[in-house]
Amino acid sequence: MLHFTRWKIIATLLTCLAGLLVALPNFFPKETVQSWPSFMPKQQLTLGLDLQGGAHLLLAMDQDEIKKDWINNLRDEARKELRDAKIGFTGIGTQGLTQLVVKLAKPEEQAAALKALNKVRQPIGNALLGAGAYDVEVSSGTEPGTIVIKESDQGLRQRVANAASASIETINRRVNNLGTSESTIVRQGADRILIQFPGLKDTTDLKKLIGETAKLTFHEVHPSMSGDEAKMTKVPTGFKIYPGDKGESSGEYLLREQPVVQGADLADAQPGFDSRNGEPVINFRFNQIGARKFANFTKDHVGRPFAIVLDDKVLSAPVIREPILGGSGQISGSFTVEGTNTLAVQLRSGSLPTKLTIVEERTVGPSLGADSISAGKLAGVVGGIAVVILTILYYGTFGIFACVGLLVHLILTVALMTMIGAVLTLPGIAGLVLGVAMAVDANVLIYERIREELRLGKMPVSAIDAGFQRAYVTILDSQLTTLACAIIMFWLGSGPIRGFAVTLTIGILTSIFASVTVVRLLISYWLRAQPKGRAIYVPV
Amino acid sequence: MLMRLIPVFKGFDFFPHDLNLPFMKVKGPALVLSIIAMVVSIGLIGIKGLNYGVDFKGGSLIELKTKSGNADISALREKLNSIGVGSVQIQEFGSPDDVLVRLEEQPGGEAEQQAALKKVVDATSETYVERRVEVVGPAVSSELRMTSFIAVAAGILAIVAYVWFRFEWQFALGAVLALSHDVIVTVGIFALFQFEFDLSTVAALLTILGYSVNDTVVVSDRIRENLRKFKKMELNQLLNLSINETLSRTILTGMTALAVLISLYVFGGEVIRNFNLAMLLGVVIGTYSSIFIAAPLLGYLGVKRDWSDLAAKAVATSKTKAKA
Repeated sequence: MLHFTRWKIIATLLTCLAGLLVALPNFFPKETVQSWPSFMPKQQLTLGLDLQGGAHLLLAMDQDEIKKDWINNLRDEARKELRDAKIGFTGIGTQGLTQLVVKLAKPEEQAAALKALNKVRQPIGNALLGAGAYDVEVSSGTEPGTIVIKESDQGLRQRVANAASASIETINRRVNNLGTSESTIVRQGADRILIQFPGLKDTTDLKKLIGETAKLTFHEVHPSMSGDEAKMTKVPTGFKIYPGDKGESSGEYLLREQPVVQGADLADAQPGFDSRNGEPVINFRFNQIGARKFANFTKDHVGRPFAIVLDDKVLSAPVIREPILGGSGQISGSFTVEGTNTLAVQLRSGSLPTKLTIVEERTVGPSLGADSISAGKLAGVVGGIAVVILTILYYGTFGIFACVGLLVHLILTVALMTMIGAVLTLPGIAGLVLGVAMAVDANVLIYERIREELRLGKMPVSAIDAGFQRAYVTILDSQLTTLACAIIMFWLGSGPIRGFAVTLTIGILTSIFASVTVVRLLISYWLRAQPKGRAIYVPV
Repeated sequence: MLMRLIPVFKGFDFFPHDLNLPFMKVKGPALVLSIIAMVVSIGLIGIKGLNYGVDFKGGSLIELKTKSGNADISALREKLNSIGVGSVQIQEFGSPDDVLVRLEEQPGGEAEQQAALKKVVDATSETYVERRVEVVGPAVSSELRMTSFIAVAAGILAIVAYVWFRFEWQFALGAVLALSHDVIVTVGIFALFQFEFDLSTVAALLTILGYSVNDTVVVSDRIRENLRKFKKMELNQLLNLSINETLSRTILTGMTALAVLISLYVFGGEVIRNFNLAMLLGVVIGTYSSIFIAAPLLGYLGVKRDWSDLAAKAVATSKTKAKA
């Protein structure tokens, strides 16, 4: 056990050296590291949000809204397919949020209707792998002359996934407009989106920016009936009552549900000021399609109001004075300057497919992060000194070797974390410090064995040899069980548990090398340095 | 050339190696004590409940620091009670210029949580700066509760599977009982003193599992070794010997771990104090359980004694082969 081949010595020393080199940048300030020559590694440990400050937002999509949109779309499509196929129907009703029931006028047209309605199905996923799978099932209902269109779970999953990726794209665009870099926006689970924003102090703007879907639509206002009147009597088909924005005095509006132009047709939106009264407004421009639709509509409706609707609330309902042919216009409302900035960004980045709610928010100020780092450092130094004192007091010279092993363990852990780009969190620091205490356990096991073997009367060299050999199994067993625990933590845990698990796992991996191989190498050198022909005192 | 080799001990031997403490004599009372502790803990968790932090209960936590001078908690309390965000809990946090404000989960869902947070921030922005904000909605908090519970259970299972694989089922059963004991009693102490129980406490529980099993495995390893070595020794005596032989290691490793944890507790800052507290408790309880639960259980369960026979047979067959 104590004999090292030449290549093994070289490999051990090289590993230590490489570890030191990789870990080195972490012990200097960033600016110093930047000025180092190019051959030196410059990568530093990534600090978690809790240490460098920043915001962590977990957003959830509204699945019910996605379902509602989908079922409404399906109903429109089904209606269209039946009309195109000239099949009469008495009604299409929704059942819950996942099912449509079509009642045919003539039951004998069942087969033809089924064929027509099959067109609303969309194949799911990969064309090669998912052959034959559709997002909805079309089948005959239990009563004659009815057809049931049922959404599948797979279909819903795909809708949610699509909405999530669309949302991520939109948030990305909005956030980029905020001018902050280094943000991470990823999907988490089925219907969640995680945003991490290192270094962000104030989340108010961020939250405002992602809090609105920003679905902008332009609607025709009912020519003769007001929202209040419609409420008293009956809402005409194709129309819907929309609430006004808070600033608007005149309560509710009766608008045609189908918008004239949608936000998707916007080419640009910029904040600006009204030239007449100096109020903040948003100047917008449509793309070609939008401009054409808007021109046609305004030509036909001169002298009548149209409504600008944002997220189903009426911002304003100006009267069309003359046809707007150029495709650009102005939105006024009761805006603040900041409000127009945010809204312009939201409009430019497109609308979110569904509203996102913040289900978890964790923000840490940069000053607290810095405080945590210094507290962690202080605790680490004090704890480290305590371990060193205890070990040397207990084991003498061999205790010093153990401490060298601990140092190597610490450096290698930091190096490995830097290399794989692991994130250091506050619990991670605790894990690092605790790892030092646990790593000493391997040496304790070995040294206790050596003591026992010496007591049994073995000669020093064979006692040391036996100590390493016999303790090795125990060390492996105890470290592997801890490793199992750490892997579970990483796999199932979240937040602080994960950060801790990462450092613990890496710490376990390096501790065997550091406290067994490195310490063994030191001891074998020490043995060789003993004067020949004289007594060897084993200093444990 | 002849070398004269003399074994000499340098350094301290805090615990005389021939110390033969009669652990097995107190195994009965110790087991009774542990069972009582577990029952009381479960009772406390059931009756008093745990003081869940925002991670598990939902709601908001806002850490504020005064812009200058010390925090006036009663003024802050008065102000925050008047803005209509339900019950507000305010406490000092570390230094006198820091305060921690907790809001209950607001009725009406996530949007209301955000609205309440905004009210608090607006009401305090004149004299305080926000240092940390945590808002956890009801869906997330119940998920975190669930996954944490699963993580701890899975941690125990993984460890047991490993121990079973490496040792015998009696060792695995001893380990699982010792580990469950550690977790239950630690959580029980949290319930008793109403310490805040959050995600970092769970991280600590998982680490305790790792630490405690470390101890248990070291003792088990020695027991197995002694089973091979002393074929005829009475089991309780053998268990006692094994514990005593590993005792100095148990205590030294425990001391280094405690030294580090105490230093983290004192200097590591307010944010990880809970984590540390759980760890400190766990290291003590975990060390106790390896000695007084895991090992004595082997005595009650009886353990396979023919380790050495197998080993001897293996040696014998290899010898006959060598001869042939």
